[in-house]
Amino acid sequence: MRAFTQHQGIVAPMDRSNVDTDMIIPKQFLKSIKRTGFGPNLFDELRYLDEGKPDQDCSQRPLNPDFILNQDRYKNASVLLARSNFGCGSSREHAPWALDDFGFRVIIAPSFADIFYNNCFKNGLLPIVLPEEVVDQLFRETEEKDGYQLTVDLEAKTVTTPSGESFGFDVDDFRRHCLLNGLDDIGVTLEDAELIRDYEEKRKQTAPWLFNAGN
Amino acid sequence: MAGKTLYDKLWDDHLVKQRDDGSALIYIDRQLLHEVTSPQAFEGLRLAGRKPWRIDANIATPDHNVPTTDRDKGIDGIVDPVSRTQVETLDKNCDEFGILEFKIKDQRQGIVHVIGPEQGATLPGMSIVCGDSHTSTHGAFGCLAHGIGTSEVEHVLATQCLVQKKMKNMLVKVNGKLGPGVTGKDVVLAIIGKIGTAGGTGYAIEFGGEAIRGLSMEGRMTICNMSIEAGARVGMVAVDDTTLDYVRGRPFSPKGDQWDKAVAYWNTLHSDDDAEFDKVVELDGAAIMPQVSWGTSPEMVTGVDGAVPDPAREEDPIKREGIVRALKYMGLQPNQKITDIKLDRVFIGSCTNSRIEDLREAAAVVKGRKVSPSLKQAMVVPGSGLVKVQAEQEGLDKIFIEAGLEWRDPGCSMCLAMNADKLGQGEHCASTSNRNFEGRQGFGGRTHLVSPAMAAAAAVTGHFVDVRELMH
Ligand code: SF4
Repeated sequence: MRAFTQHQGIVAPMDRSNVDTDMIIPKQFLKSIKRTGFGPNLFDELRYLDEGKPDQDCSQRPLNPDFILNQDRYKNASVLLARSNFGCGSSREHAPWALDDFGFRVIIAPSFADIFYNNCFKNGLLPIVLPEEVVDQLFRETEEKDGYQLTVDLEAKTVTTPSGESFGFDVDDFRRHCLLNGLDDIGVTLEDAELIRDYEEKRKQTAPWLFNAGN
Repeated sequence: MAGKTLYDKLWDDHLVKQRDDGSALIYIDRQLLHEVTSPQAFEGLRLAGRKPWRIDANIATPDHNVPTTDRDKGIDGIVDPVSRTQVETLDKNCDEFGILEFKIKDQRQGIVHVIGPEQGATLPGMSIVCGDSHTSTHGAFGCLAHGIGTSEVEHVLATQCLVQKKMKNMLVKVNGKLGPGVTGKDVVLAIIGKIGTAGGTGYAIEFGGEAIRGLSMEGRMTICNMSIEAGARVGMVAVDDTTLDYVRGRPFSPKGDQWDKAVAYWNTLHSDDDAEFDKVVELDGAAIMPQVSWGTSPEMVTGVDGAVPDPAREEDPIKREGIVRALKYMGLQPNQKITDIKLDRVFIGSCTNSRIEDLREAAAVVKGRKVSPSLKQAMVVPGSGLVKVQAEQEGLDKIFIEAGLEWRDPGCSMCLAMNADKLGQGEHCASTSNRNFEGRQGFGGRTHLVSPAMAAAAAVTGHFVDVRELMH
């Protein structure tokens, strides 16, 4: 996995709460058996005026001019500023894949849905929870200033504005460690293979029915 | 020391390693696989040169992409080549790794969350995962069941473990008895309406109380299924005789001595009397009405006697904006009565409501009636091939067909419209599925979540109606 230590980038404001993963990447694009190539269909139904189909040339499609990612000032954004319960709904990991493929590295919101939050870390994407007031302030500043950028430091667990104001955030140590070092967590778990085998042996004694094959 | 909750017990029984940083390795007894969220996981295994840890813990079936007609054509019946590739890829992966799969023409094929319990592959006390957020369904059996992402599917394939942090405990207690015509679906919609779509985030929810105890396994599955719509990855109901009666005699259920031993353990799977929950929410079951969602999030729901809200009366600006946006998308007016919403289609199916009892409830309402001529379509999609066979043995298919509903082959179908079944732009649908998100059932489609009985009532009247008016 790609490591994440620091990132500085343009911020795009997504001003609605409960953004679900169906909205982030609609189902017709989940038919791909790859992990890449979802970027052009990120937020498909909000971004384009027509109905999106897989394997289409998106550069020819009519854009919704009101949608943030279609506005020049946000086209190269890599930090997504969002509202509460971002990423709710379906567990599809295609959602972080699409955000990543578009170029986002950081998502900031007052709260995230659990599965989505978890999926981000597996893909080198950093979801950051900041208090509602801080998010409100960042929305205001982003909208006021063209090319507004934030600097995120995962080591120091801070988000810093262009004026130098800094906000701390929480992230659990294991996830931070994996992300900072780009660790593959399957590899980390397999270091405990002995423990897993011991557990299985014990369970075979106490709950043998869990190891039956069906018929 | 306080007693343990059901979640605490399940957690402790699956704990392989507690790490210093608060994360833990949890052993997974069962993984269910389907075609949409598994291909990249298998590919990841191959790229890393890894093998599945325990083949027999996995069961697979294609469900999201399968057509609901012409099942005898098998994979050739899938018109969309991209969908077909996905189903073929699942077959190939399962064959290569030796994983049991109920393929498209197998009678045991169906929606993963229907076939697990049906086969007895979902057993009380198990830890279960699937790359699908509605895996919470299986918690109805006193299981620890999580929806996971594709990277985690790969992780479980490779290690039989999941890295998890323990969640907080929430008890949702539904007191009293439900009224006639009020089902598990209405209960869970009422719960989500009360606590909101993020109300359960970070919690494992146990559903308890007299009303829950009085529900069948089907009803409990419907409730646990939609825990995720309240933000909770895990929903659970304690084991009781209803659970054991359902599990007994299924293909993967333990037999003989093992059964007795299992039952002795399963009977401990409930929260201790002195267990402490981080949060308790109580509802009066007797006061719950049949529910209908009006908006684009499952928390946007009300009783069938209610009306669409007026954003002008909402004080929170973000919520107000949310209501305005939802009404615009849904094509509804503030204060419009729910019973005045005109419908175009009716969908009875999905992992929330496609089991035999759901179909019986719907059939009881449409029996001797006709689908309203104002509807373009009303369809019933059983959750599995076996549900379909049983329904046909009971003659339910004839009741539906005579009333003018379409009787289809099993799969996810219009729940997410990945196959050919979808809503047209602007169409309103009474749906027994679980998500009313924008575009979920088709581009521009408008979903109203209801119970099977309410969907059936809507089918025969062409608009929403309190199903209790049709019951004698
Ligand atoms: S029926 Fe719907 S919610 Fe259930 S697994 Fe299929 S697509 Fe997901």
